[in-house]
Amino acid sequence: MIHRYTLDDLHIVLDVNSGSVHVVDEVAYDVIGLYDEGRTREEIIPALLEEYAGRDDVTKADLEDCCDDVEELKVQGKLFSPDTFEPLAGELKNRSAGVVKALCLHVAHTCNLNCSYCFASQGKYHGDRAVMSFEVGKQALDFLMDHSGTRRNLEVDFFGGEPLMNWQVVKDLVAYARSVEKARGKNFRFTLTTNGVLIDDDVIDFANREMHNVVLSLDGRKEVHDRFRVDYAGKGSWETIVPKFQKLVQARNNKGYYMRGTFTHHNPDFLEDIKVMLDLGFTELSMEPVVCAADDPSALTAEDRELVKRQYEDLARLMRARRQEGRPFTFYHYMIDLTGGPCVYKRLSGCGSGTEYMAVTPWGDLYPCHQFVGEEKFKLGDVWHGVTSPEVQEEFAACNVYARPECRGCWARLYCSGGCAANAYHATGSVKGVYEQGCDLFRKRMECAIALEAERTLGED
Amino acid sequence: MKRIKTLETRDLCDSAKTGGCGECQTSCQSACKTSCGIANQQCEKTEK
Repeated sequence: MIHRYTLDDLHIVLDVNSGSVHVVDEVAYDVIGLYDEGRTREEIIPALLEEYAGRDDVTKADLEDCCDDVEELKVQGKLFSPDTFEPLAGELKNRSAGVVKALCLHVAHTCNLNCSYCFASQGKYHGDRAVMSFEVGKQALDFLMDHSGTRRNLEVDFFGGEPLMNWQVVKDLVAYARSVEKARGKNFRFTLTTNGVLIDDDVIDFANREMHNVVLSLDGRKEVHDRFRVDYAGKGSWETIVPKFQKLVQARNNKGYYMRGTFTHHNPDFLEDIKVMLDLGFTELSMEPVVCAADDPSALTAEDRELVKRQYEDLARLMRARRQEGRPFTFYHYMIDLTGGPCVYKRLSGCGSGTEYMAVTPWGDLYPCHQFVGEEKFKLGDVWHGVTSPEVQEEFAACNVYARPECRGCWARLYCSGGCAANAYHATGSVKGVYEQGCDLFRKRMECAIALEAERTLGED
Repeated sequence: MKRIKTLETRDLCDSAKTGGCGECQTSCQSACKTSCGIANQQCEKTEK
């Protein structure tokens, strides 16, 4: 399978199964397109001679050469390469069955903000307010180390609700992990996801010393941010948090963080929010489409999504311009490493929720990921007894690129690895469903990411 | 090739022979938390 597209004046052909990326001119673009339709060179050459009549540079001999090149790339396995991966699907998970390498620790099911669009229902996950004790957190870290097999790198995200509402426990858990990781042959990478309200010098010092990554919630423009991200008195949080975020980011040398925003029906022109983040001095950015029920007032409409897709293209143009000006910035979804990216096993095996990645509630229950917390039927077990509902885990273990018939015809399947199980479940009622609206935006993001990277690579040459 | 420039990319078919160590990051842990993309992740295998 191939995928052809054009962004501005760049024609790109992706060979889905080999991962090859070709930048072509409009003639080769058409030649490859006709091969893809099953046409032979004997049909292609006269057809294109007619189409390009009047172009001196498009001769019969030239088209013969172009067809030779396409056929050579096919022989090399870089165009029209066959899909031979299905027998491998699930192999990585089978090979590492029972191995856990990442936990999302819900250290606080409570929040000091009252954002109506919160998927976690203001941090409570449709349950009672609670905070995690040190003992539960320590048991979670022991569970992770005990079940991580030979994996060295272990990821732990302090999440909520708002994790800074249980900050001492976070610090104590990090200290515990650091005290044992060497002897256990492990390397903990901690992430903190915060709304910023409680950031102070102590948080900045500790986070910048111990957190591999910090995720800071900011939606961009003040009026956009303050529409949803308000305290319990209804007061917006933008004025409070922005100086704190700036101080924290500056203190960590502008690295190892993401400014993470959500855009909704109220701001599908999210590029304006990205520009505000840039103006505030932030350069590591992530903006996510809201995930909510289709009838929610915040949900993106079909019309919004078309605007969002144009915004993604404009974002790519802005990134190109800033790169050329020597003022580059990062957009999480446009980061792509064509030479050093994930192997095919990773690309086939899905996101890892419920198998290598789990979420832990304040009272120690295990769920497949943070987005399933509160859905009782997805409870996997707890940090003391491990997985006690193997049938739930099997459902997640069976998620891979080939588990969803719709993915077989999608060119982007080896970039998303089958998509988000939680989004699929919330959109279709099944973790093996397809959240098509999310897929639509994902494909556009990948087109822009690959085009930007192709342009950068060609510029270096 | 006159009309086609092929970028250097990791050969996925080849990675089937050497990949699968599992050391790489879980998919949505680092930033987004609401979608799944693996394209932006680094391979952490030291010998490929």
